[in-house]
Amino acid sequence: MTDPILETRNLTYTYAPKTANEVTAIREISVAIERGTLVGIIGHTGSGKSTLIEHFNGLKKATSGVVLLDGRDIWENKKEIRQVRFRVGVCFQYPEYQLFEETVYKDVAFGPKNMGLSEEEIDRRVREVLSFVGLEERYLELSPFDLSGGEKRRVAIAGIMAMEPQVLVLDEPCAGLDPKGRATVLAMIENYQKTTGSTVVVVSHSMEDIASIADRILVMNKAGLAFFGTVEEVFSHAEALVAMGLDIPQMTQLCLKLRARGFDLPETFYTVEQAHGAILACLKKEGTA
Amino acid sequence: MISDITIGQYYGGSSAVHRLDPRVKIILTTLFIVIIFLCKNFLSLAAMFVLTAASILISRVPFRMFFKSLKPILPIILLTAVLNIFYIKKGTVLWSFWIVTITTGGLATAFFMAVRIICLIMCSSLLTYTTTPTDLTDAIERLLSPLKVLHIQVHTLAMMMTLALRFIPTLIEEIERITNAQKARGADFESGGFLQRVKAMLPVLIPLFVSAFRRAYELSFAMTCRCYHGGEGRTRMKQMRVHAADFVALALFAVVMAGVIVLNHFFGKMI
Repeated sequence: MTDPILETRNLTYTYAPKTANEVTAIREISVAIERGTLVGIIGHTGSGKSTLIEHFNGLKKATSGVVLLDGRDIWENKKEIRQVRFRVGVCFQYPEYQLFEETVYKDVAFGPKNMGLSEEEIDRRVREVLSFVGLEERYLELSPFDLSGGEKRRVAIAGIMAMEPQVLVLDEPCAGLDPKGRATVLAMIENYQKTTGSTVVVVSHSMEDIASIADRILVMNKAGLAFFGTVEEVFSHAEALVAMGLDIPQMTQLCLKLRARGFDLPETFYTVEQAHGAILACLKKEGTA
Repeated sequence: MISDITIGQYYGGSSAVHRLDPRVKIILTTLFIVIIFLCKNFLSLAAMFVLTAASILISRVPFRMFFKSLKPILPIILLTAVLNIFYIKKGTVLWSFWIVTITTGGLATAFFMAVRIICLIMCSSLLTYTTTPTDLTDAIERLLSPLKVLHIQVHTLAMMMTLALRFIPTLIEEIERITNAQKARGADFESGGFLQRVKAMLPVLIPLFVSAFRRAYELSFAMTCRCYHGGEGRTRMKQMRVHAADFVALALFAVVMAGVIVLNHFFGKMI
């Protein structure tokens, strides 16, 4: 099943090279993101997550190594880099601060307009993405500056979705939102991915959020790639994750603690549903023994 | 690019120059600017050049920092030099063609002017490299405090300056962030004519202003919460005191100034 849409090979980026402030933000990162999957990127502050995604759409050019989109180097033709940005839509942290138009409609249409699409196509896309982010038609004529924080965030994300990128990259889409807002945004991303079948990359430092929606998880640690695998695979390294200072889902913590107390839990679980089943099974076994 | 701006950049250290009273440093820099315009011949200019070089050496701020601050001024220096070479017709003619005549006097003046501007820039950069922005505005506030008699709100002005300086790096960071976000949406800042480029800046400028106002409100709330009420009756955590070193520096400058006047008088005017 290897059909990567986005691939990096030995990607390394150094800030301020050859000066006293030289910092290597990412080192020798090689990952392949499969078409149609939802990948979560996790890591500590300063682990290089944001630098990595800035390479995905060519906002940064690697010191060494390449980024392949559909098997082709994104820097193959320098003049085509804008086309790459339409195909890999990146939504940065706190995207609500990029809103600038008079109306929600115009702001969401900014990306598609830059792509040179027809008015009808832009109109179709704006209306379609608005339903993805769960906002009603009446929002279209409002000023984005009059919306609440969570609504602004959703409009900003819609602005990226409207470009209909092959890969949608979201950097900390839930940062600063309350639990309800987080759940809404996560559900929205999941729904978008399922409906459009596109590839989605979500950066977060909340294991809980990532674990609930991602197919695969990429763990960054100190500018390097620590793990890349399915959710089960990554959480089977729970102790290593804790050593990196990452917080693992509460259910996984519970699992580790129960195991330490001698409970026979063969599989590491990370959601409440899994925990429910596993603990019941374990208790049943002990009851019969 | 935008991060090359050196205004208000502080280069940490603990040299004698760093430790001078900021008020004294401001006075000395002002004096220096006055004296360098009083210089009339190469000897007095040389004296000023030595003074600049010595101050830089004592400050231990690396030379490349000064090159960095000279870089944006370089076109101006070159332009003045070129204009002087072609417009001043004094001394012997070295080269003449059609209406262009180059004379020794022209070359000398061009060189003189270039050195003067370089000294000027170096000296003012030395002030900002060795004094933190906070100290600078503090010192300005104190130097201007006699203006209170005229009901000028010196403290408010100084606070505004401090805040403005403080927010330069923040705003630069913000510009970079917003630019990246708009580029990710396909904004094109590199192509098109002048008008088109100005228009392309709007998606950056509008969010920048919105966030600047947001920050201003947040900051003013935070200041109000900490009972800020302006300069009235406000005491200071850091007191400024003039030390022996400051007097030495002042005396040194007085000597150089006297020297410049003497050199001007006895060795004739060149400019």
